[in-house]
Amino acid sequence: MPPLERMGHETAIRVSGVFKSYGSVQALAGVDLEVAAGSVLALLGPNGAGKTTLVRVLTTLLKPDAGSAWVLGCDVVGDAAQLRERIGLAGQYAAIDENLTGLENLTMVGRLYGASRRRAKARARELLERFDLLEAAGRPAKTYSGGMRRRLDLAAALVAKPPVLFLDEPTTGLDPRSRLSLWEVIERLVAEGTTVLLTTQYLDEADRLANTIAVIDHGRVIAEGTADELKDRVGGQRLEVSLDDPAQAQIAAAALAPMSDETPAWEGTAVRLSVRERSGAIVEAVHRLSEAGVGVDDLVLRRPTLDDVFLALTGHVAEDAGEPVERERAA
Amino acid sequence: MSDTLIIAERNLIRLPRAPELLLAFTVQPIMFVLLFRYVFGGAIRTPGYSYVDYLVPGIIVQNIAFGGFVTAIGLNEDMHKGLIDRFRSLPMARPAVLAGRTLADVVTNALSIAILVLTGVIIGFSFHASALHALAGLALLLVFGYAFSWFFAFIGLLVSSPESANSVGFIAVFPLTFISSAFVPVRSMPSVLRAFANVNPFTIVVDAMRHLWLGAAAHNSVWGAVVWAFVIMGVFAPLAVARYRRAAGR
Repeated sequence: MPPLERMGHETAIRVSGVFKSYGSVQALAGVDLEVAAGSVLALLGPNGAGKTTLVRVLTTLLKPDAGSAWVLGCDVVGDAAQLRERIGLAGQYAAIDENLTGLENLTMVGRLYGASRRRAKARARELLERFDLLEAAGRPAKTYSGGMRRRLDLAAALVAKPPVLFLDEPTTGLDPRSRLSLWEVIERLVAEGTTVLLTTQYLDEADRLANTIAVIDHGRVIAEGTADELKDRVGGQRLEVSLDDPAQAQIAAAALAPMSDETPAWEGTAVRLSVRERSGAIVEAVHRLSEAGVGVDDLVLRRPTLDDVFLALTGHVAEDAGEPVERERAA
Repeated sequence: MSDTLIIAERNLIRLPRAPELLLAFTVQPIMFVLLFRYVFGGAIRTPGYSYVDYLVPGIIVQNIAFGGFVTAIGLNEDMHKGLIDRFRSLPMARPAVLAGRTLADVVTNALSIAILVLTGVIIGFSFHASALHALAGLALLLVFGYAFSWFFAFIGLLVSSPESANSVGFIAVFPLTFISSAFVPVRSMPSVLRAFANVNPFTIVVDAMRHLWLGAAAHNSVWGAVVWAFVIMGVFAPLAVARYRRAAGR
């Protein structure tokens, strides 16, 4: 039974023990998640981690093999039809008809939501204005730039003013300027009270947009919390040393080891470690390195980033930003 | 139903904006009619009729069978561009995406029938039948074309890219249309081909068209043609719908 009474107004999305496999590939291996109404949750993870699969389950596109999920109190399987009226989905593909104009695209979606032609058109114009697409409204979407397509796609997801919005890698493949303008649009929506679940492989995106970040890897949520909480989990301060000579990296790592609870990692001329104490760390590091006879080019002490969090949690770095689409779809 | 009409409208709006598609509906069939009439026509014996009368029903049936190509390519593109996901996340009728597509094909098929009949008349084709029979022939063409749209819908959802939708459809349908009575009398073929041509649904539909438009002897082929159309629809519509559910549900 859906825990309707427990969900109340605070929880917009609840995921409980969701499993999904494609053949022998397990895309989701028991996901539990909760998203408070009016908040933004970022699902952060590399390609193939299961992010898109989870979004597809929550938007009724895919039935889970096991477990259950509710959005706005609707079971994603049992109440799918009802739920579809109350959610918006914008994906990583900019799902628009390129041969239709911006206005025609949004009008079509409005009419598919059951609005009359006139009302659908009025709403379409409203959205085109809001997303700075009014000038291009009469042009076929194939003439749009990548950023304009994403904005049109997002507008299409907002036609029915859904209280919950799913954004699957909303800025993947966009240039920095379009990315920034899309972030601003999303922030405005959140300010108006929309609950957002977004997936991303960009740590800075999660850091900027999300109240809560769920790190997902191999179909499991391996950590959850605010950006600060996650950074605290990695603990301490990060010390990064650039050496003059890569051949001395191992010596440098050994020299610095007593300052950290973990074994320092090195690659090329870079040595990285988390240090227990911030105060005096730089002086101590310089001292130790000069005693060991290691030449130092540069030395930085900083707070951990989400990159460090990801590395610490998963044992591998987050995927390169150049990878445009999630491979799990091919499964 | 209204969702189906919205999708059909969407597929028709885009038509004039894709010039290559419009060429496929207009110039290409006209070219084929002229080619057969003037290049091959002189060498083909068709007892009882002039070749242009014989040719026009045949070439229209061939054309109508290919009308669904737009559906195959379009559905495949929609799938890859995430449009199918969008439609499925909307509170719309589930079969509307396929039904709207195939319905749009009926309109484009009607357009290419009109163009071909007009071209035929200009180069000497004439109906040897009552208006009622002529209209019945038109209805048969539209039903048969609609049935084939479901075949192409299935192909479009089956293959991995619009290009392969194109080639699979072409390889499957093109020979079928030629090993039939569409362009030459079946009697002129070697026995193996003749045996195949005689049971080929294209032969049956083309013969039915010649009966309705030219008054030729048709035996049972008008009803046979209708039955074939419904068999094709009965097989491929459920297959396409099942494939749609699976393909979209990945």
